Amino acid sequence: MGAGSEGSASGAGAKVRLGVFKLASCDGCQLQLLSCEDELLALTEHVEIVSFAEATSRPDDGGPLDLTLVEGSVSTEAQREHLQEVRARSRFLVTIGACATAGGIQALRNGRDVGELLRVVYAQPAYVDTLAESTPVADHVPVDFSLRGCPIDKGQLLELIGALLAGRKPAIRDESVCMECKRSGQVCVMVAKGEACLGPVTHAGCGALCPTFGRGCYGCFGPKEGAQVAALGARFEAEGMDAETRRRRFKLFTGWAPAFREESER
Amino acid sequence: MSEQNGGGESERTYHVDLMTRVEGEGRFFVHVKDGAVLDARLEIFEAPRFFEGFVRGREPDEVVDIVARICGICPVAYQVSASRAFEAAFGVALPEPVRALRRLLYCGEWIESHALHVFMLHAPDFLGYASAVEMAADHKGLVEQGLRIKKAGNALIEALGGRATHPVSPRVGGFWKAPSKETLRALAGDLARALEETEEATRFVATLDAPDFTPDYVYVALEDGARYPIEAGDRIVVSGREPVDVARWDEVMEEHHVPHSNALQARLKDGTPYLCGPMARLHHHAEKLHPRAAELMREVGLGRSEGNPHRSIVVRCVETVHALAEALDIVAGYAEPEAPAARWEAKAAVGCGASEAPRGLLWHRYAVGADGWVADARIVPPTSQNQARIEDDLRGMAPGLAEMEHGAATELCEQLIRAYDPCISCATHFLDLRIERG
Repeated sequence: MGAGSEGSASGAGAKVRLGVFKLASCDGCQLQLLSCEDELLALTEHVEIVSFAEATSRPDDGGPLDLTLVEGSVSTEAQREHLQEVRARSRFLVTIGACATAGGIQALRNGRDVGELLRVVYAQPAYVDTLAESTPVADHVPVDFSLRGCPIDKGQLLELIGALLAGRKPAIRDESVCMECKRSGQVCVMVAKGEACLGPVTHAGCGALCPTFGRGCYGCFGPKEGAQVAALGARFEAEGMDAETRRRRFKLFTGWAPAFREESER
Repeated sequence: MSEQNGGGESERTYHVDLMTRVEGEGRFFVHVKDGAVLDARLEIFEAPRFFEGFVRGREPDEVVDIVARICGICPVAYQVSASRAFEAAFGVALPEPVRALRRLLYCGEWIESHALHVFMLHAPDFLGYASAVEMAADHKGLVEQGLRIKKAGNALIEALGGRATHPVSPRVGGFWKAPSKETLRALAGDLARALEETEEATRFVATLDAPDFTPDYVYVALEDGARYPIEAGDRIVVSGREPVDVARWDEVMEEHHVPHSNALQARLKDGTPYLCGPMARLHHHAEKLHPRAAELMREVGLGRSEGNPHRSIVVRCVETVHALAEALDIVAGYAEPEAPAARWEAKAAVGCGASEAPRGLLWHRYAVGADGWVADARIVPPTSQNQARIEDDLRGMAPGLAEMEHGAATELCEQLIRAYDPCISCATHFLDLRIERG
């Protein structure tokens, strides 16, 4: 443990001050912290939970935070203001999951007429505070690091926190699901079963879960940088998929990420 | 977070602006004047996420993936209720080993969700701590026990579904892949240990002092023949009324859009609020509990009609014992199915499906078009069904609050709401699409 070392978030002896905040989301990513059943109590020897509404009733002291985890997308004006306050007191802000990192499933509403949608949905639209689009955190404040996934992988979350405590860079691989899939010895579901699989263009991190269960990846970790998304879409159509189904495949949990959005609008 | 404002001594308000140790974002507000309750509201301000709109134009299996994202704590409940609705629409029956696997998966979710609530969210109220982490300083054994029980539930979902939150294997008709016998057998040791630890924890939890409060509840729960209702059931039982077919639930229950909430509130058609969840299930189905859970109930002196919401923590413990004991039985008797899912074909049809989410009845209805795509969806989650009941409880508590110190009274209101294990993230996503048609 590098407490007190140069790049570390904590001074010698001091605990890292942690804040966990939620915007529009399902709570599933912050839950991964509570799902670290074997590590949670040990972690709290090094980390002080300053703000985490789902886990503690201790009032937030409002002071500076060393590590801030933000779950969810920005979809109301109140959330945008809240996010700015959180950023102002945070040293290292990390978005956790597809909503915070890419806009999430609720970004499917983007591009629709929100006034119309509100009238459709609520008897009293005046009571509902909503922005025109559901957007990722990075559209509003600077983000220091992003964990992907719907939900995030708790192994990656522990790696991130451990790296921060030690003052080093998190060791999180930048590669596609295909690489994880090959390493785990799976038979390719696209080649062997003809399943449409987003693995070639999706960021790794899940351990190639969907192919392991005999189905195609649905892209919940979002597009890998530089992925040839259009080429994969063309391949789907060459295999007999209609254009509407192809668009839907890319328009899901990370559908607002530019590379997937482009393919779903093509 | 609370403060006293308003007029003289006879007028008090109790409110918390962001409730803690609950899932999602809500606040409450109780206003009492001269002993009369002027207002009692549970406000759900969690941002709306428009799910019913998103599933339109999607295929049934895509819907199973999408609705999981309504709730990070109980995704399996959403996947299963949706699957059952489509199976009802297309006339699909699950072959026996697949049906048992679905129940096993759902037991995993009951175990992890109940353990999360009992040990990490609710127990600190009884023992006087702000969180489970702070409670661990003095009650380390209890917290570690809770974490191990929760982990056993998560391990079950991971083995069957790939991951505990938003599992990838469930689909309409069953699973994408069935686990091997060896995979399940490897879980038995931890499940057996968790069962013993939950029994031990229940004996302790049952001794905790709970505030005295017993409203007169109308209990609503799914019925699944001789089985304690978990993943299936075709009828809904209601205290003092005739049972209702799942397909007809929307003729008996009515949702209201109240101005202070981004969720809709459900009541019976005659306006009666009702209670769903662990206490309702136990009330209607106690005789169907696994012998291990039934024995424990007798031992700790828990009656089937436990009417005190604060004591729901004991009911949750007993249900966790049931889920663990049943999971062990299913694991022991498991034979791999010939196919992981029943075959089906989409057609133009309407189907309703329900299951018992950890926090109560979860009802779905889908209309599918001739193209096999969803044309209309309706989802009624447990927390919007319990919301009107919670507000009635707050009203019922108000006379007693006046005799308490203000901070303690406010805390008691929050504890009452927490005892329901509300899932506010779930409750916000419900668009009343009937408004569009009207």
